[in-house]
Amino acid sequence: MSGPSDYQPSNPALQWLERRLPILGLVHSSFVVYPTPRNLNYWWTFGAILSFMLGMQILTGVILAMHYTPHADLAFKSVELLVRDVNYGWLLRNMHACGASMFFFAVYVHMLRGLYYGSYKEPREVLWILGVIIYLLMMATGFMGYVLPWGQMSFWGATVITNLFSAIPYVGESIVTLLWGGYSVGNPTLNRFFSLHYLLPFLIAGVVVLHVWALHVAGQNNPDGVEPKTEKDTVPFTPHATIKDGFGVACFLLLYAWFIFYMPNYLGDADNYIPANPGVTPPHIVPEWYYLPFYAILRSIPNKLAGVIGMFSAIIILCFLPWLDAAKTKSSKYRPLAKQFFWIFVAVCILLGYLGAQPPEGIYVIAGRVLTVCYFAYFLIVLPLLSRIETPRPVPNSISEAILAKSGKAVASVAVMLVAAGALFLGSLQDARASEGSDTPPGNKWSFSGPFGKYDRGALQRGLKVYKEVCSSCHGLSYIAFRNLAEAGGPGYSVAQAAAFASDYKVKDGPNDAGDMFERPGRPADYFPSPFPNEQAARAANGGAAPPDLSLITKARSYKRGFPMFIVDFFSQYQEQGPDYVSAVLQGFEEKVPEGVTIPEGSYYNKYFPGHAIKMPKPLSDGQVTYDDGSPTTVAQYSKDVTTFLMWTAEPHMEARKRLGFQVFIFLIIFALLMYFTKKKVWADSH
Amino acid sequence: MNPDASTIAAGAPIEVDLSPVAEGQDIKVFWRGKPIYISHRTKKQIDEARAVNVASLPDPQTDEARVKSGHEQWLVVIGICTHLGCIPIAHEGNYDGFFCPCHGSQYDSSGRIRQGPAPANLPVPPYQFVSDTKIQIG
Repeated sequence: MSGPSDYQPSNPALQWLERRLPILGLVHSSFVVYPTPRNLNYWWTFGAILSFMLGMQILTGVILAMHYTPHADLAFKSVELLVRDVNYGWLLRNMHACGASMFFFAVYVHMLRGLYYGSYKEPREVLWILGVIIYLLMMATGFMGYVLPWGQMSFWGATVITNLFSAIPYVGESIVTLLWGGYSVGNPTLNRFFSLHYLLPFLIAGVVVLHVWALHVAGQNNPDGVEPKTEKDTVPFTPHATIKDGFGVACFLLLYAWFIFYMPNYLGDADNYIPANPGVTPPHIVPEWYYLPFYAILRSIPNKLAGVIGMFSAIIILCFLPWLDAAKTKSSKYRPLAKQFFWIFVAVCILLGYLGAQPPEGIYVIAGRVLTVCYFAYFLIVLPLLSRIETPRPVPNSISEAILAKSGKAVASVAVMLVAAGALFLGSLQDARASEGSDTPPGNKWSFSGPFGKYDRGALQRGLKVYKEVCSSCHGLSYIAFRNLAEAGGPGYSVAQAAAFASDYKVKDGPNDAGDMFERPGRPADYFPSPFPNEQAARAANGGAAPPDLSLITKARSYKRGFPMFIVDFFSQYQEQGPDYVSAVLQGFEEKVPEGVTIPEGSYYNKYFPGHAIKMPKPLSDGQVTYDDGSPTTVAQYSKDVTTFLMWTAEPHMEARKRLGFQVFIFLIIFALLMYFTKKKVWADSH
Repeated sequence: MNPDASTIAAGAPIEVDLSPVAEGQDIKVFWRGKPIYISHRTKKQIDEARAVNVASLPDPQTDEARVKSGHEQWLVVIGICTHLGCIPIAHEGNYDGFFCPCHGSQYDSSGRIRQGPAPANLPVPPYQFVSDTKIQIG
């Protein structure tokens, strides 16, 4: 991409092609002999990581789209079924969902690197602006992708974000109607978001080509911010940069795999495992973590229109960065003041992200306003001012000179920063999970927790019995088929046992030749029949509160972990908020209502239920279900068993996930080590 | 990209029978995918809504202008918070009206914004009384 190439392939067939389409020469000049500054550190590998992530998202996304149904009534179910029934569907979905977060994490590192080392300065202004465009497209893509599973947070996120456009004077309402394709967020909205979510990544890929082109014309910036002058200042892209990027990607994959295999729901919101319901708003609407700083800016400004303008200008302002910061010295390495302000700015962004996940009340609002001012002040006051008053340290004459003077310490700090910043920032979302005004459920020891967790087969079988004899009279289990009972990683029944279990049920089928519906015994392929024909019937029969379907309940419920527990959870792989909550609610019924709490007629006091007034009467009592294996027939044991069973129904492939995760980790660690030693060898003469 | 014909057709006016709604109760119906709250207000709620100094409100509007004369007990509003579109909860908050759980906006018993980030009152959809106990929305 940087001028004509003198590349001549030796193979005659390739020579023939090269004379007609010099594509090999293009690749050769851009990715083989292309001179790359010798002093690049590991922060520069994030460009390659981002390209890798874009490819990964497109690949997994295309396959997911083959199994997904973009319809308001079917989308949620189709996502659940693809996770359960498609070969490695759970892996594809985790890769795509966690991949979005990893993509944004990498892009933030990439942007902050550009900010720190002045990569936006002359002659790289267009390169930088193309980057901002990619970022904007990524935000639009990420937002629309989050809507597609059509859970509660998808639906309400879409409602809140599309409503932002209604703040625009005069044309706002028509724009919103245009986005919705109706009078509210609904099926037409989902359809067009699906279409655009499929389109935008290819636009991103197109702009990435321009971005790389601009990069190869202007040349890469480097940590010292001095342009390469002689051949001694650069090394050829291949093998030097290729192998270094390879090592960077391998390390990044370790973090990525940690999420995919061990914490797939850490970055998500429990509410998104509840199907979208236009009649019920979740108590806290929180966007994905990567939008939180901007969401905090939006909410800090009390006027609606000004808030929307503030949020968008927080991004658009980046386009003007090359002209706001007029300092001649590029790298903050040689700018003592700019360096300090840079880190303050990073802290401001992280704190804004934290505030974006908090309820907008009291001190949070004030802190949000202060930080919003700080955010804009960095661009509008600090940077322009610094370029006038700051005296930079002397910059080395050339890259070779800088390398001679340097002491190697960057590598370790990269790893530490990656993990620390990641955990801190990514986890802030967890705080928003609501169950205020109730006691925190006690932690339990679950057989399925941790990296090697497995379901306790006995508990699954006993839990199924409890479900069948107690819960099933009100709660459905509609995503579970009888055949699942015989699948690997499940309760461990044989196919014949599952078929016998199924035949106990009466399943509605039809219409037959006469056009009538009829009942027949269940088959393994049938799903557990629901106790009520529809939600309204369930509501009417239960005093206005429909008993929720239990298939996903352990993933759809959570409670606030708070700071700093969510950081600890990242390392300890604690994922069991849902099971802890479910088992706590089952045991949290108390006859005596504490003083100061009033329970309405027809409700019951539950210590752990948010608001304490639950419509479900105490479901379990000692001795209610008989166990054949001699386990104690107590409420505590019932709760534990049925919760284990419900964890399995929510995540039937968990054992496969953790098993594959372990294998992938072994592979990745070996691969990363090999890459590291190859890199050492390749670079041996260049440092 | 504008709504298609079937979506527009499905948005035709609907009739709602008010006779089962007792005083102090409210019902939620969906019209054009939006929840419409129909409240049968108590005497206390009406008095509260009318006692307010209209000029002091963020979005000044009298209660009389928001209900149909002769049917003062019926308040019909679109239950979508004018801030960012969440659905407020009826009979909650400090003003005997609606409370939005998302960002804390509070509306009074006339659906007017009293506190919080929302810029405007809950909108009143187009409707008229077909008979004393039946309204047509749309």
